[in-house]
Amino acid sequence: MTDQPPVLEMRGIMKLFPTGTLANDAIDLALRPGEIHALLGENGAGKSTLMNILYGLVTPDAGEIRIDGQPVTIHDPADAIARGIGMVHQHFMLVPVLSVAENVVLGDEIVRAGQILDLGEGARRIKLLAQKLGFEIDPSTRVDQLSVGQQQRVEILKAIYRNARILVLDEPTAVLTPQETREIFEVLRRLRGEGASIIFISHKLDEVLEIADRITVIRRGKVVGSRRPSETNENELAELMVGRAVSLRVDRGRSHPGEAMLEVRGLRARNDRGHDVLQGVDLSVRAGEILGIAGVAGNGQEELVEALIGLRKPTAGTIRLAGHDLTHALVDERRDRGMAFVPADRHKYGLVLTYPLDDNLALTRYGDPPFAGGFAGIIRNFKAITANAIRLMKEFDIRAPDPKTPAGTLSGGNQQKVVVAREFRHDLRLLVLDQPTRGLDVGSIEFIHKQVIGRRDDGAAVLLISAELDEVLDLSDRVLVMFRGQIVGTFPAEEAQREKVGLLMATGGARA
Amino acid sequence: MSRLRRAAGRIWRVASIPLLAIILAFIVAAVVIVVSSVFTSTGLDVFLPLGAYGSLLAGAFGSGTGISNTLVAAAPLILGGLAVGLGFKAGLFNIGVAGQFLVGAFAAAVVGARLAGAPGVIAAPVALIAGALGGAAFGFIPGFLKARTGAHEVVTTIMLNNAAVLLLTWAVNDLVRAPGFSFPRTGDLGHSALPILLGRNVHLGIPIAVLAVFSVRWLLDRTTNGFEIRTVGQIFITTLTMTLSGLLAGVAGAIQMLGVIGFYAPGITASVGFDSIAVALLGRSDPIGILFAAILFGAFRAGAPLMQIETSVPVEIIDIIQALVILFLAADLIVRRVFRVRAAKPVISELATVTRTWAGGAPPGGGA
Amino acid sequence: MDAVGTVFRLIWELGVYLYTVVPDLLPIILALATPLALGALCGVLNERSGVVNIGIEGIMLMAAFFGYLTGFALHDAVGSGVSIALGILAAVFVGALLGLVHAWLTVSVRADQIIAGTMMNIAAFGVTGYLNRLIITPSGRGGAGVIAPFHLPDAIANLPFVGPILVMFLDQGPIAMSVLFIVIALQFALFRTRWGLRTRAVGEHPKAADTVGIDVYRQRYLNVIFGCALAGLAGAFLTLESTGSFQNGMTNGRGFIALAAMIFGRWTPIGALAGALLFGTATALGVVVSIRIPEGDLGDIMRSIPSYWYAALPYLMTIVILAGVVGRSTPPAADGVPYVKEGKG
Repeated sequence: MTDQPPVLEMRGIMKLFPTGTLANDAIDLALRPGEIHALLGENGAGKSTLMNILYGLVTPDAGEIRIDGQPVTIHDPADAIARGIGMVHQHFMLVPVLSVAENVVLGDEIVRAGQILDLGEGARRIKLLAQKLGFEIDPSTRVDQLSVGQQQRVEILKAIYRNARILVLDEPTAVLTPQETREIFEVLRRLRGEGASIIFISHKLDEVLEIADRITVIRRGKVVGSRRPSETNENELAELMVGRAVSLRVDRGRSHPGEAMLEVRGLRARNDRGHDVLQGVDLSVRAGEILGIAGVAGNGQEELVEALIGLRKPTAGTIRLAGHDLTHALVDERRDRGMAFVPADRHKYGLVLTYPLDDNLALTRYGDPPFAGGFAGIIRNFKAITANAIRLMKEFDIRAPDPKTPAGTLSGGNQQKVVVAREFRHDLRLLVLDQPTRGLDVGSIEFIHKQVIGRRDDGAAVLLISAELDEVLDLSDRVLVMFRGQIVGTFPAEEAQREKVGLLMATGGARA
Repeated sequence: MSRLRRAAGRIWRVASIPLLAIILAFIVAAVVIVVSSVFTSTGLDVFLPLGAYGSLLAGAFGSGTGISNTLVAAAPLILGGLAVGLGFKAGLFNIGVAGQFLVGAFAAAVVGARLAGAPGVIAAPVALIAGALGGAAFGFIPGFLKARTGAHEVVTTIMLNNAAVLLLTWAVNDLVRAPGFSFPRTGDLGHSALPILLGRNVHLGIPIAVLAVFSVRWLLDRTTNGFEIRTVGQIFITTLTMTLSGLLAGVAGAIQMLGVIGFYAPGITASVGFDSIAVALLGRSDPIGILFAAILFGAFRAGAPLMQIETSVPVEIIDIIQALVILFLAADLIVRRVFRVRAAKPVISELATVTRTWAGGAPPGGGA
Repeated sequence: MDAVGTVFRLIWELGVYLYTVVPDLLPIILALATPLALGALCGVLNERSGVVNIGIEGIMLMAAFFGYLTGFALHDAVGSGVSIALGILAAVFVGALLGLVHAWLTVSVRADQIIAGTMMNIAAFGVTGYLNRLIITPSGRGGAGVIAPFHLPDAIANLPFVGPILVMFLDQGPIAMSVLFIVIALQFALFRTRWGLRTRAVGEHPKAADTVGIDVYRQRYLNVIFGCALAGLAGAFLTLESTGSFQNGMTNGRGFIALAAMIFGRWTPIGALAGALLFGTATALGVVVSIRIPEGDLGDIMRSIPSYWYAALPYLMTIVILAGVVGRSTPPAADGVPYVKEGKG
């Protein structure tokens, strides 16, 4: 396995984007046959760009690609597919309303009489392929009816259906539970056994150490090191990724919880399609405590957050903050009572990208003094708005030329800092965090985690919802597990082990 | 000196694309005029556009009459442009200005006829308010429907436009027909008509329109409600914005009725509907920009009849120019390539929301 | 008690009236529905590929005009039948050409799609009005003639149940007759062929289609052009099969009613036809009430409604249907979102 000539070589790959970012700086990569090779790096390091070049989605400025020793040029995905390269993207490239079979054959359809689809034949082939890889699938199911793990397997089927020998997976475990991760690793090992060579892009250190035969670390567009798992450890890899020693686990310290701040009883709600998605949620968060909710995405967390914020009317149950009943209160009222909120989708709910920073930093209280005064709070006070912005930019180290810069021009990490800066006031009662560090680099994550702990120590009650199980386990003083719209388990931090929590996330406690 | 240059630079950055779009539109329209002259009895005439544009300018600015005609034509365009522009700011596309205009005109005509004998100081303002409320109600309907059901305002407003023409015709025929005339129409306005300020037809509606410009600007920039309109896509704001938009269009109809037409009869049409869209886009949804764009378009409309008389070029060329202007603003890339301009930002950034809400989706942006 | 009884009696009378009148009404309904159906099919093809097109009204109008102009200009030269046929071709060609413009604006230039459609509408009014005044009005001549509709032999037309339906679809001019076939063909094509699968993929998740090697731009261009050709056919129907003359703005909102029919039909060809027939019926109601006056109390009520209200019925109905239906139906996911291929350069 390790001494044969490489099946894929990328040499001296350079890519400079028109925005001025040097995404790939003379990158060399070699993939041996039958190897699982991990590409490790922070967000924005250039891993995805490199793979997009391999798959023909992006044209490199310089460099060479060789497959089986022969130099090749890959113009577009059709080219890549023809050369045996398959890609499983981080955000699935599946059409939700089409069936598994339709999705797999798309672009490579089996037709009779020139245009008429023969989906039966396609379905047959798909079932066979799935069995070879060790799982069952019904090709006529609509993709949006499948679980995330199943959808990912469909993506892999897509690649194998087209006889891919080199398979690239971009952050495959980002949306999986620990169990699903183990299952997909099994599939990958089977693929390796069938002769495929695999590139595995990730920023998760422990997984990479578990599955890879070899690890290449990329930082700021350059390769900074290549190791075998047996030769290295998490700390060394983290340091390679970031360029300095990074504390991977924030020091949570001890919490001194006070009285109950948020009390939710019997909360029920429907989702946008009218289905009951919260089936009676009970929880309480005390002041000075961080309560984390772990769960696979789609088990009602989003609707729970929306109900807490005021964006979704519950159909039953109560929400109380410091004793006040806020079940049907407007968003503004909840803010007035001391609730703050960091949303999962900052572009949709957190920021107005075309507006300047100072407007964004005052966005939630633009109608109150000092930002507005005059008759019925109608006249705006621009000086106060700008002064507030300058203060917050300094305190949260938001990198931008000036307070009037449009928020959309900032990097993802800085944008999140803007949202956080606005919400993390010092007089908070309740802080609701929904995926607060999604898509951020390790440095920003470290900063925000410290801020969260800071608010907790100031006496705020913190509710944390995150798909990153590690984040939940690191930060929380207590952990709840959510499954099918209900809380199915609660653990104090000391008892919350990854395995136990992961199992509960996947099964909800039902006996196997 | 440098402050003047900086100010000029800022104005240029904002106004360059719209101005160049107009110039380009006129150039293309000139080609249309030349090519179509082949089919006329007088045959190909390469210099026809020059004569046509000359007559256009003469009709618009060449005399006292021309200038007052321009102002009179501009007044409803200012209000209509503000109506559409206000909608754009909230990500709404109010194509219903035509219908709201007619409803406003009708309401002003009916109320005005009723109060014809009353003192002018009461009659005219009341008639004006009636027009405003009529337009507001007609803007409220699509706004409320959009907010509650997601029915896109593009289709509902156009349907209402068509329905308005039919139902108002019926109303004039059967409900409020004034006796003593040979054709169906509303009664004389008497004291309800807007007083003439200057010359033959410069009526009070013109300063009212200008006042509206500054009111809307103040509303958008300085007030928290304006901030909300620009930012948030909630039910209340959608309804409120469309209602205000309809109100402005209704005032346009009212001043046109009370200051120019004098009575409502079937067959009154409103080119102001589409004109307002062009004006709002040219003015980049900014009240001051809309003011200038409306005067420009008012000039076109005022001068076109003279052009048609003197050179036989049909007045519909203004519609073609209008379409071209919108084309060049929507595809501003063309303007930039042709004139090699580097402008600050794309012209229609606010309008991204309009299409996004087509299928019932939520408008983006906005704090919770 | 008496009021309830009256209501039921009126409903019964309405049912009886419709039953007697509808068989004669069916051909009229299909004729009224034809431009709506073709326009709705244009919308379906566009939006299934992910492009919003509200310029159908303008395209119909322009095609109607140029089709008429062609028939009108060639009438003396090549005779009525050929000139009308050429007129239809011209209209379809103009539709396709305008479809190319719309595709260019929406797919390549990535302009706002609703503005692009609005521009198309304004341009259509301007160009047709301009040319109408310049060319047609001065010449003073009348129409270009109208296609004589095909007539079924009486023996078939008089068959019970089947007869009226056959009459409805076949006692028509060629364009109206073709509607049913086009609908069936498109329904099959959209869901059973490779083209249909790729179209739906491109409209729902263009990135996914791109990554398996489908040319998103090309698919969208082709579908928009083909769809707008159908809108051109609708325009040809208005001037060459239905009225035989051109009036400024004669489309009268049909392009927008077609969009409502499309939404009502959940973006499927058969649904679009159903919606078009529904609106056609609403339009026909006003016509039939004045021709075949219903009896009794029902007749009194129906005759007392002013004709203008009947005329407004389709428009009001569109609003009601949109308000009731839109929230509950989902368009293709990528509808209206321009596709940007990631930095290749």
